Amino acid sequence: MNYFVIVDVTLRKGIADPEGSTIERALPALGFTGVTNVHAGKSFRFDVEAESEEAALEKATSLAERLLSNPVIEDALPRIGER
Amino acid sequence: MARIGVVVFPGSNCEFDAAAAVTRLGDQAEFVWHTRTDLDGIDGVILPGGFAHGDYLRPGALARFSPVMGAVERFAATGGPVLGICNGFQVLVEAGMLPGALQKNRGLTFLCQPTTLVVSSTSSVLTRGATIGQELVVPINHFSGSYTCDDETHDELVRNGQIVLRYKENPNGSRDDIAGVANKSGNVVGLMPHPERAMSALLGSADGMVLFEGFLGVKVAPFVLAH
Repeated sequence: MNYFVIVDVTLRKGIADPEGSTIERALPALGFTGVTNVHAGKSFRFDVEAESEEAALEKATSLAERLLSNPVIEDALPRIGER
Repeated sequence: MARIGVVVFPGSNCEFDAAAAVTRLGDQAEFVWHTRTDLDGIDGVILPGGFAHGDYLRPGALARFSPVMGAVERFAATGGPVLGICNGFQVLVEAGMLPGALQKNRGLTFLCQPTTLVVSSTSSVLTRGATIGQELVVPINHFSGSYTCDDETHDELVRNGQIVLRYKENPNGSRDDIAGVANKSGNVVGLMPHPERAMSALLGSADGMVLFEGFLGVKVAPFVLAH
């Protein structure tokens, strides 16, 4: 079966996020107030051919850790998505 | 005369400058295309600057899977000198051959300027010809050059003298002003600044010479593995 997988890659806690803080600082100038804790990251989407949802997620986790993210500074969170 | 392999990935763009630095000091430079799987007869390896594989995903993330990297890892494991400059440094951290990671510059701007480096350790193939505290003017040219690592790794780097070069004035927000680090043995070194572009006083600085002289083993005793 084909499973639609979404992987969010975000900077690990404690790692400086200059993109996130720059976006946060820009928001008040556009009139958006009360928006805090802005973090920037990446999102990947792909189909995985697998026997089950668990197997698809396992494969996605493995490839996310090996290639899509740098575990030194980033966390990767795979999940089954809705098309 | 040493034979230095300069690895060329699709998107490398500093390979000619690196080769010129090598030949200027009387050694031989040989381009090594990234699909090669052997480094037979090579005495030292340079991973030059540029945008290997377009820097897609993350700088160095795809280059580490290039066929040549297996040979580079084996070469380093036997004590062979390996130097990663700028994008080459990013490739070495992605490959796990050097600790830490390189993030986007703190100010989110591409930096292209001369910097003053301070030699922090001479127990590496790159800095063995320099003296501790020596200041070197070497240009930087990068967007993702802010070195980062966790506390434990940082402690270890300090303890082992693996921080080889620091910025006098930090341009990119790197941890502890780090500009370059070595592995524990000192035979694998990576730095964001470009010493190959500081080889002539007429063109701004010749301070890269002392680093290349160290790497090529000119005027200094042969390198002995520290560990």
